[in-house]
Amino acid sequence: MWIAIGSLTVMGIILGALLGLAAKFLAVKENPLEEELKEMLPGSQCGQCGYVGCSQYAAALAKGEAPVTLCPPGGKAVIEALAKKLGVTADTSEHEEKGPEHAFIVEDICIGCTRCIRECSTDAIMGANKLMHTIIVDACHGCAKCVKVCPTDAIVMVPVRVTLRNWHWPKPEIEQTHSEPKVGHAH
Amino acid sequence: MSIATISKSAPYAHGTSSVQKTMFTVLLALTPATLFNLYLFGWPAIMLFTITVGACLAVEAGCLSLAGKPVMATLADCSALLTGWLLAMSLPPWAPWWLGVLGAIFAIAMAKHSFGGIGQNVFNPAMVGRTVLLISFPVAMTTWIVPHPLFSVGAPGFFEALAITFGGHLPDAVSSASALGHIKTELSRHIPVTESIIQTPALMDMLFGYRAGSMGETSAILILAGGLFLMAKRIISWHIPLSVMGGLFVMASIFHYVDPTRFASGTFHLVSGATFLGAFFIATDYVTSPVSERGQLIFGLGCGVLIWLIRNFAGYPEGVAFAVLLMNGLAPIIDQYTRPRAFGRNRKGEPLPLGKERS
Amino acid sequence: MKIFPIRGGIHPDYRKEQTSEKAIVAMPMPAALYIPLQQHIGAPAEVLVAEGELVKKGQMIARNQGAVSASQHAPTSGRIRTVTEVTAPHPSGLPQSTIILEPDGKDEWADLPEPIADPFAADAHTINERVAQSGIVGMGGAAFPSAIKLNLGEQKKLHTLLLNGAECEPYLTCDDRVMREYPDEIIDGARIMAHALGTPRVVIGIEENKPQAIAIMTKAASAFSNVEVVAVPVQYPMGSERHLVQAITGQETPARKLTADLGIVVHNVSTARAVHDAVRHGRPLVARVVTVSGGAIREPNNVLTPIGAPVADLVKFCGGFAQRPERVVNGGPMMGQPLPSLDVPVVKGTSGILALTAEEINDRPADACIRCGSCVTVCPCGLSPVEMSAFIRKDKLEVAAKLGVMDCFSCGSCSYVCPSHIPLVHYFNYAKGVLNDLERERQKNERIKTLAEVRVIRIEKATEAKRAALAARKPASDSAAPANAGEAKATTEEKANA
Repeated sequence: MWIAIGSLTVMGIILGALLGLAAKFLAVKENPLEEELKEMLPGSQCGQCGYVGCSQYAAALAKGEAPVTLCPPGGKAVIEALAKKLGVTADTSEHEEKGPEHAFIVEDICIGCTRCIRECSTDAIMGANKLMHTIIVDACHGCAKCVKVCPTDAIVMVPVRVTLRNWHWPKPEIEQTHSEPKVGHAH
Repeated sequence: MSIATISKSAPYAHGTSSVQKTMFTVLLALTPATLFNLYLFGWPAIMLFTITVGACLAVEAGCLSLAGKPVMATLADCSALLTGWLLAMSLPPWAPWWLGVLGAIFAIAMAKHSFGGIGQNVFNPAMVGRTVLLISFPVAMTTWIVPHPLFSVGAPGFFEALAITFGGHLPDAVSSASALGHIKTELSRHIPVTESIIQTPALMDMLFGYRAGSMGETSAILILAGGLFLMAKRIISWHIPLSVMGGLFVMASIFHYVDPTRFASGTFHLVSGATFLGAFFIATDYVTSPVSERGQLIFGLGCGVLIWLIRNFAGYPEGVAFAVLLMNGLAPIIDQYTRPRAFGRNRKGEPLPLGKERS
Repeated sequence: MKIFPIRGGIHPDYRKEQTSEKAIVAMPMPAALYIPLQQHIGAPAEVLVAEGELVKKGQMIARNQGAVSASQHAPTSGRIRTVTEVTAPHPSGLPQSTIILEPDGKDEWADLPEPIADPFAADAHTINERVAQSGIVGMGGAAFPSAIKLNLGEQKKLHTLLLNGAECEPYLTCDDRVMREYPDEIIDGARIMAHALGTPRVVIGIEENKPQAIAIMTKAASAFSNVEVVAVPVQYPMGSERHLVQAITGQETPARKLTADLGIVVHNVSTARAVHDAVRHGRPLVARVVTVSGGAIREPNNVLTPIGAPVADLVKFCGGFAQRPERVVNGGPMMGQPLPSLDVPVVKGTSGILALTAEEINDRPADACIRCGSCVTVCPCGLSPVEMSAFIRKDKLEVAAKLGVMDCFSCGSCSYVCPSHIPLVHYFNYAKGVLNDLERERQKNERIKTLAEVRVIRIEKATEAKRAALAARKPASDSAAPANAGEAKATTEEKANA
């Protein structure tokens, strides 16, 4: 009996020591969480989340101080990615998936005050004082900051057009004549 | 003029294959062997067969309705029918009715629907049913009967059969050991294989079926014919049957050569037990075997080797069910490592270097 | 010549006998032609004509712009009605810029460029210019601007021009008929292209189910020692250029590379004929042969159709519908695009218009996958459709990408054999579309990040400059108070303009 106890104890000590050494020398280097979260955000520093820039929001997320649902330009995809990374559940049922949008200046109303030009986080508005302003669609990522500062409400958000170049087949819908299952939940 | 709304992309052509057609062809391939065996073992076998298949269909219908799936449409694909059929063929022919019903519950509800239904199960449902029954009711599952052909002298009539199947009263002196069982028992009594094999049915009898065993074990030649029919119809390919039988034959032959007193020959192993049934109908089950041809070869080889190992070294005389279940467990990882090589890429997935394009 | 095997593939019911013996017939000019500005891979052409302008047949009405583009020519003489948005022959039903031409019935040719007297003495640049001027694109369906492909001779070492006469799709017989009726033109065009590419050898691959075409083309090629006709086995998708190259040479084009990297350039047989017309007669691409077939068409035929003819007119010319079709497909049944309506034009890549019945399509609602592995066996690209589609169904597109879904060229073999009728190719088209979208979005996000960073740097610099300017003026401001007011006004103005 003593031999059994003794041998198991010795084995346990040796194996435990090996595990400890492995934890020290073979440890996997983790990326700082904040860096990874920052990479997931659009990065245009629009400020709609309430923080000064994307890195600030990422820092708050990493600390667990901010909800994942604050980024409108990121859309549902970013919310879900953040939720997955942080291991929280995000309630996207209320979230209206607007799809990608860009700003559009209604030329009849624009007075050429250049406030939107100064506000735009990606310099996507072309124009000068007392001259017509226009949106460069390729550079606009839909943060909508310009909409708020326009004194004559000349800017609206419109959905990005689907053209022959960016159309693709939608996901196939496999119809099954399902009644509600009596047991358990359907996926 | 506008046409039907476009909801589906190309291709707008389809071959003639369907799940129902495939299952139906397999059932067709099994029919000669089944009919012969039902004749061989008489009314009790017919009753047990009907009960097992019926129970499988009933359990499938029940599970489908609980899961909210369309019952009649799914039953029509004949997969539960096939499972019941194979399960019935692996039971002792005069087993009591509750063995069939319990087997159906284990096979369909536990091994198939609890995983998500057709296409989702990891383990072969019929084999799971058989194995659970074997372990739970070893005596009932190993009571083999000498053939009592229908309408022959001594064969039980319809009402006697009812007593056997539903009453559980097996007449005395009808049971007999299967060939594999006999050899194993004799070995444990230190009687060498060379002697005990004389007492087993002759090779021709084993091939043609006139011997004790489950319905799937007798009449090896009819099963073989059914299997070759399936290969001709391109329902199954040669990879699994050949590798199962090849693996078993080679292992058995090598060891028989080394020590004939301890190990039976390759041909004996091929024609006894459920080898042909396993090689052509059970191991080839689509859902539980690998999808690539290379993977199927590895899978079949593993089955063959395991069948031999279990028959010779494990506690049970027959190893097909266990071997298939063990390899079923390995099928996903075999699939992962035997993916075909993509066109224009090497096995690691990197593009081929220019100048080395001949594969 | 030794033929090498290709992996997988299927042997569908070809149903070519409906049109294979029908000689090419020309359809009457429709009441209006709709010529899209983009019928090719690349940037749309730039409109050259105005509303009301009178044009002659073969006149360039839109010019190629950008590196990858093709020009459009008037298919007949007439008047430009307008340039407007018309439904594209595309499943999305989206509109595209289209020139609408009203024929005047005279069908008069414009002043065409001079035929190149001796193409084999001309340099490659001259030939390529002519091909580009003539608006020639790949007529097998891909519609890649041919002049760009012909330019490959300058960048890579080439040894073979491979003409694709396989026509592996069911129903389609337009290339078959063109080979039977215009073999000399095809061979001449091929030799001209080979000269432009610098390839000493020309090989013409034709599937064995076209014995007459093989015989006729072999006879036409017999006069030239460097032109060889090879019969390839009947196997779909033999017409895929990478697989045809493998069948003829045994070489696999490495992933993400061109067949030209192996020294081989592939062109369609009809493209070769178009090059002959352009070089020898100065005629641009204004018409093409279209196979009109399918169970729902009353009189299937191979029709010489002007570019821009409405599909409705083409169908009417073939007797209309004998029954209501389940689908009308542009191209073959395996890889063709479904048409949203008949009010779309025939374009340069339209090899066939098929009116298919439900029995021909043989579709059923999908069942659960039974992991039979047929799809893995038939995939010519060595992929695993069963695994990829399962991951796509569960929205794990990155895993599908790792399994190689971007290598899939949507041949349709897997969907064809699936016993559960799972729409595998539809899953892959969806996945490829979304992954391409994500890539575009990722690239846009990169650009936007850069723009935002550049803006921040610019503002910082401006603030820095202001601060420096203010610091420089500070000693002076202590002495002059009125000057201060001026400074303050100046700085606020500067702030307003920053």
